[in-house]
Amino acid sequence: MHELSIVLSIVDLAEEQVRKNNAQRVENIELDIGSMAGVEWDALDFAWTAGVKNSVLENAQRQVNRITARARCLQCQHEFEITQPFEPCPACHDYLVEYIQGKELRVKSLTVS
Amino acid sequence: MCSTCGCSQPGGVTITRAGESLSGFTPLNEIKLSPLVQHHHPGDAHTSRVIELEQDILSQNNQQASHNRDHFRQQHIVAFNLVSSPGSGKTSLLERTLIDLQSQYKFYVIEGDQQTMNDANRIARTGVEAVQVNTGKGCHLDAAMIHRALHELNPQDDAILFIENVGNLVCPALFDLGEHSRIAIISVTEGDDKPLKYPDMFASSQLCIINKIDLLPYVNFNVERAKEYARRVNPQLEFIDLSATTGQGMDSWYQWLQRQMATREPELVH
Repeated sequence: MHELSIVLSIVDLAEEQVRKNNAQRVENIELDIGSMAGVEWDALDFAWTAGVKNSVLENAQRQVNRITARARCLQCQHEFEITQPFEPCPACHDYLVEYIQGKELRVKSLTVS
Repeated sequence: MCSTCGCSQPGGVTITRAGESLSGFTPLNEIKLSPLVQHHHPGDAHTSRVIELEQDILSQNNQQASHNRDHFRQQHIVAFNLVSSPGSGKTSLLERTLIDLQSQYKFYVIEGDQQTMNDANRIARTGVEAVQVNTGKGCHLDAAMIHRALHELNPQDDAILFIENVGNLVCPALFDLGEHSRIAIISVTEGDDKPLKYPDMFASSQLCIINKIDLLPYVNFNVERAKEYARRVNPQLEFIDLSATTGQGMDSWYQWLQRQMATREPELVH
């Protein structure tokens, strides 16, 4: 249940931006979250409701860009969509793979007013 | 809920040094969780503005971890983050290690648990200084807690610091504490498919200790299968099989520790 920590980190980032821009609140927030970022969607939704209360994000629209993980095999260079961390390369069946994308956990943009 | 939200108040996160008396501890330090502050400026007229932030959500923790790492580097301290399920034998492994190696190295221990001083008190009995971080309802340690605990410990230079994380194979994987290495511990009384069930922890560790091997004759745990599963998740992972109870395999662990001390970053070596 580290998702609440993540939500509270997002609140901190948002508070900082609101302050820097002399704004009052966040209207819209866009998040990039990879499928291998270690975040459970349901847990994030649950934590969001509790975590943004009384913050600049309380009434913000949240947009989550879910990024599908892709990996590259370090043996044969084959690139593929990966759904489990222990998935072997479908071409040569080696487990030595590196992620190209899917570990993202970032605030892409904010609209403040 | 989780550690940084403050919803577990009035308990919250506490950091307490293990002392001479083994009961009735009063927390010396309490982390005051900053409230979520709203910055209203009534009367200010604002139009909407889009900010392309592109900032990592865990950047605050990562910055704090990097700060901890600077502390360690300056003081020539090597820190290990021990992660596992509850009951894998982390504290027993530490107790035996500290008793066996205290004459060779200066040790410090930061213990993370939701509640109780039990583990820090166990460590204190070995003569090693320990602080207990009680996370309240929190499920992991974060870099800020380690920073506070470090100031409480005030460690000497050239030491080994063991951080025993909250027993949880999920959440601690995401939080860099500034450690030199992360060590995942599983015991043979667990399922040998743990590395597949909780891959993030094994993927982010450098060493996997398989504990309680004295119990192998009585349990259905296939050591080679567990290693094969863990290597699928992390092909570079090293393994040590041992029993902190009987002492079997502890030599390999001590040699690994020695190698870590010998191969620290160049600026760490005198």
